[in-house]
Amino acid sequence: MLRFEHGKTWLLWTLICLILVFGIEAKSKSDHSHNGHHQNASSITGIPIVTFKWHHVEMPYTVALWILVAGLGKLVIEANHHVTNVIPESALLICFGFILGGIIWGADKVQTFSLTPTVFFFYLLPQIILDAGYFMPNKLFFSNLGGILIHAIIGTCWNAATVGLSLWGCHVGGAMGDIDIGLLQYLLYGSLLSAVDPVAVIAVFEQVHVNEVLFIMVFGESLLNDGVTVVLFNVFDAFVSLGGAEIDAAEIIKGIISFFVVAFGGALVGVVFGLLLSLLTRCTKNIQIIEPGFVFVLGYLSYLTAEMLSLSAILSITFCGVCCQKYINANMDEKSVTTVRYAMKVFANGSETMIFVFLGISAIDKTIWVWNTGFILLTLLFVFVYRCIGVFFLTWIQNKFRLVPLDFTDRLIMSYGGLRGAVAYGLAVLLDENKIKERPLMIGTTLIVVYFTVILQGITMKPLVTWLKVKRATSSDLMLIGKVQNKVFDHLLVAIEDISGQKGHNYMRDKWNNFESKWLSWILMKPSARKKHDHVFDVFHQLNLRDALDYVAEGECKGSLEFIRNETAYIDFRKKFGDDFSDISMPDITIDMGDTTIANPYTRRDTVPSISLEMHEQTMNGLRESEDMNTHHLLQQHLYKGRKQHRHRYSRSHFDVNQDENEVQEIFQRTMRNRLESFKSGKMGVTPPKTITKHSKKDTQQKVKKEMRWNRPTLYSDLPYFEFSEESSASGYTGSIPRVSYTAGVGIENPAFMPDLDPMAPVQIPPWLAEGETDSATVAPSQRAQAGLPWTPSNLRRLAPLRISTRSSDSFVLADTLPSSSRERDELPPPPSPPPSPPHS
Amino acid sequence: MGALQSIPGHPEYSDLSDKTGFSFEQISVLHKRFKQLSHNEDTLHRDDLSAIPDLSCNPIRAQIIEAFFDQRNFSPSEEGTVEEIRFEEFLVVMSHFRPPRHSMSEEQRESVRKDKLRFLFNMHDTDNDGTITLQEYRHVVEELLSRSGALGKETAKSIADAAMLEVASISVGHMEPDEFYEGITFEHFLKLLSGFDIEHKMSIRFLNVDTTLCK
Repeated sequence: MLRFEHGKTWLLWTLICLILVFGIEAKSKSDHSHNGHHQNASSITGIPIVTFKWHHVEMPYTVALWILVAGLGKLVIEANHHVTNVIPESALLICFGFILGGIIWGADKVQTFSLTPTVFFFYLLPQIILDAGYFMPNKLFFSNLGGILIHAIIGTCWNAATVGLSLWGCHVGGAMGDIDIGLLQYLLYGSLLSAVDPVAVIAVFEQVHVNEVLFIMVFGESLLNDGVTVVLFNVFDAFVSLGGAEIDAAEIIKGIISFFVVAFGGALVGVVFGLLLSLLTRCTKNIQIIEPGFVFVLGYLSYLTAEMLSLSAILSITFCGVCCQKYINANMDEKSVTTVRYAMKVFANGSETMIFVFLGISAIDKTIWVWNTGFILLTLLFVFVYRCIGVFFLTWIQNKFRLVPLDFTDRLIMSYGGLRGAVAYGLAVLLDENKIKERPLMIGTTLIVVYFTVILQGITMKPLVTWLKVKRATSSDLMLIGKVQNKVFDHLLVAIEDISGQKGHNYMRDKWNNFESKWLSWILMKPSARKKHDHVFDVFHQLNLRDALDYVAEGECKGSLEFIRNETAYIDFRKKFGDDFSDISMPDITIDMGDTTIANPYTRRDTVPSISLEMHEQTMNGLRESEDMNTHHLLQQHLYKGRKQHRHRYSRSHFDVNQDENEVQEIFQRTMRNRLESFKSGKMGVTPPKTITKHSKKDTQQKVKKEMRWNRPTLYSDLPYFEFSEESSASGYTGSIPRVSYTAGVGIENPAFMPDLDPMAPVQIPPWLAEGETDSATVAPSQRAQAGLPWTPSNLRRLAPLRISTRSSDSFVLADTLPSSSRERDELPPPPSPPPSPPHS
Repeated sequence: MGALQSIPGHPEYSDLSDKTGFSFEQISVLHKRFKQLSHNEDTLHRDDLSAIPDLSCNPIRAQIIEAFFDQRNFSPSEEGTVEEIRFEEFLVVMSHFRPPRHSMSEEQRESVRKDKLRFLFNMHDTDNDGTITLQEYRHVVEELLSRSGALGKETAKSIADAAMLEVASISVGHMEPDEFYEGITFEHFLKLLSGFDIEHKMSIRFLNVDTTLCK
């Protein structure tokens, strides 16, 4: 009923609105709906329930719709990888734009939408460049900076000058018929066409995976040549306005100076903003939820500031990203870093899609198409040819100085990678119609150059790279040795340069690194982040995370991780099988083996020091099958009943998973008890305490939990001092609530924390060290422990130090790691002696 | 070569140039440096190298200096270390860091690669027995990490351990439980660093001009 009425009203209002809209034509749009609304309200008594106000939302609605359409277009294009493998996505998006443009043209008979310079330079470009700067491989970039700059500066000037002059020459020669373009205008045109476009280069090269040096040369050039392009464009634009007669040497010198100011000023603005951003992220700990926003806002501000000061905005935002990446990644929370990365990619990729689609749409516009065969073909030819000549000449010079020369194929790909894109188009649209008569021709030709390079060169790039056998990027696994060895190389090379008395690249880099870690890091990085910040450590951390994920995935197949972590099951296990083997008394069994070997004597073999954890998986799998039955039984009895209840709540500033303190308590308590029990059985050779039956345990647990909750405030700090007194555990926790004694000073004596007694400890010993032990039995993990290796968190070897380093206040984590580390310290053979002192002959 | 005449009084440079591949200019620059380091003596001692101020903060300084006095690096047939080296040995050790020539056949490239790796291997193999024991390697890693950067000793240790696990699993792959890993042989070492662009990573540009005086 209600619905129907609503619908009816809606229809009614829409009708009225429409009538009004079409009825009153003279009024402006906003007035329109406004007035219409009011007239409706006044003419019909009562409050309008629904009104249709298209003009009210027209602008944002259109934008959102376009974004949606572009996104959907990308979705369709990416759905079929056979096509994108051959034709690059950027080319397909442009074609998609053609189709859309055609539809619009068909509907409106005029091109309503096209890429305007304002939209492009202010809303689409910044995030792409910020993304490029933020993800810039800094070491690679700076070690090739010289070459990049040569190409960016000299190469771009060369392109602009030669293309402009050659076109002018042909014009004078009469190749283009009757068009009204002077020398300066040709130079202006040449300068806007000179720049290799970062967006197009990223889009095409991303799919071609050429080797990293080649990539950084092309990509770096495309980013840095913006300064040159902007200057050239502005200078020639000014010259065109001034007219040929007014130009004297002073103007030209001013132009050259302005180049340095624009380029270096832009970079400087970027650096300043980058440093500001780094400083800011130092103190955003309390507003973690919005700290990723700062990266984007400050990045954008650096772009706008440079634009405001008429400096190179692209250089500015590039350097902002390049400078801050290290510090913000270290300063911000890991989640924020992930957010920044993803958001950056979302924005950049989205804008890129929009840009290409709109480049396509812009083509379908009758007003820009002035065909001039000579002009267009010659432009294409010159752009391509002079790029090749410039690249080959400049690399030829560079190769005389480069350690790793660029070979012929590299140079060919560099020339061929000179893609022009939306920047050129944006600049062409910026041309002043009054000053340049042939503006439409220039825009049209620019578009053709863009299509030619992006579509044709983009499509042929991949086959060419394959055909020329260009060295591809080697995607190597993340490896610690690799990183460590890289570090060795760095130091080795520096040392050799020091010894040979040269001040080469390595020397400079070393000096910079020292300066950076001494001063910049100190200022820009949080103290806590500084400690952890190290490249090798990052890799280590990532590998650990991967291990941990593997562990979770693997563990979950077998059952609850809680069970795996919780050794309660072993106790029962021991009871079950220990009874069978009760006649085998092992009073003098070594401490470490006592606990675990009794548990499954039937699998006992020689304890062998192991070198690799992985290899135990095989043995263990066999073992597991035989254990499966028992495990099932145990699981049923003792499986930890998850008490995790997500409290659904909404908070704008927190985004955390509910960590129920009860659960934490219970896990802790269980772990502690097991630890203690296994300690007792191991240390004193005592038979394990009577296994607690399920019932009583549950009772006590709840009681204990209760008591624990009373003591909550002190719990965390005091946890290590917990002592489950012997009486209570011996009595199976029945009867009274177990006393929790907060004896001062008990902490370190607490048996549960004595290093040798941790049942996991043997696992922690690196096998290659264990092998050095004379008595392997005392150190080598027992079979049970070995078999259990991949299933216990503490045996993920890489994990251990992480916990150490974080110094978690979580006490059972501490309990887990402390014994092992101290054990390592105590028992391991002293680290291998330093390199032998020179034998005195 | 015309360059020979340009440096009169050093006919031995031609031999050295053949042996090490350095140009005469480079040899002369290095010779000057050698004299500077050895205080105009004919031989160079360990202390001379340790005294270089820039070297003092290098975490693997000891190993590098040791490499200069390791006979394996200049006379392949012999082993052990020496007390002092002459300019020729100095130059031969340096030549391990010469960048590869621009045009090289695959075999040449491979031999350059092996040569450089051999040097690196010798540097890690402190006791000259042809294998880098895990202790030796671990020691290097630990040194490297704990002395550079802000990593604590504990963390450095554990990273070293993790790296060792990788070494073992890469060079041997799957091992039976009772097998045991003796150490990295040269073959393992090649395998370990197979993904590396050693030819270029272990090269520095030797200038033709003397830059020592630019301090």
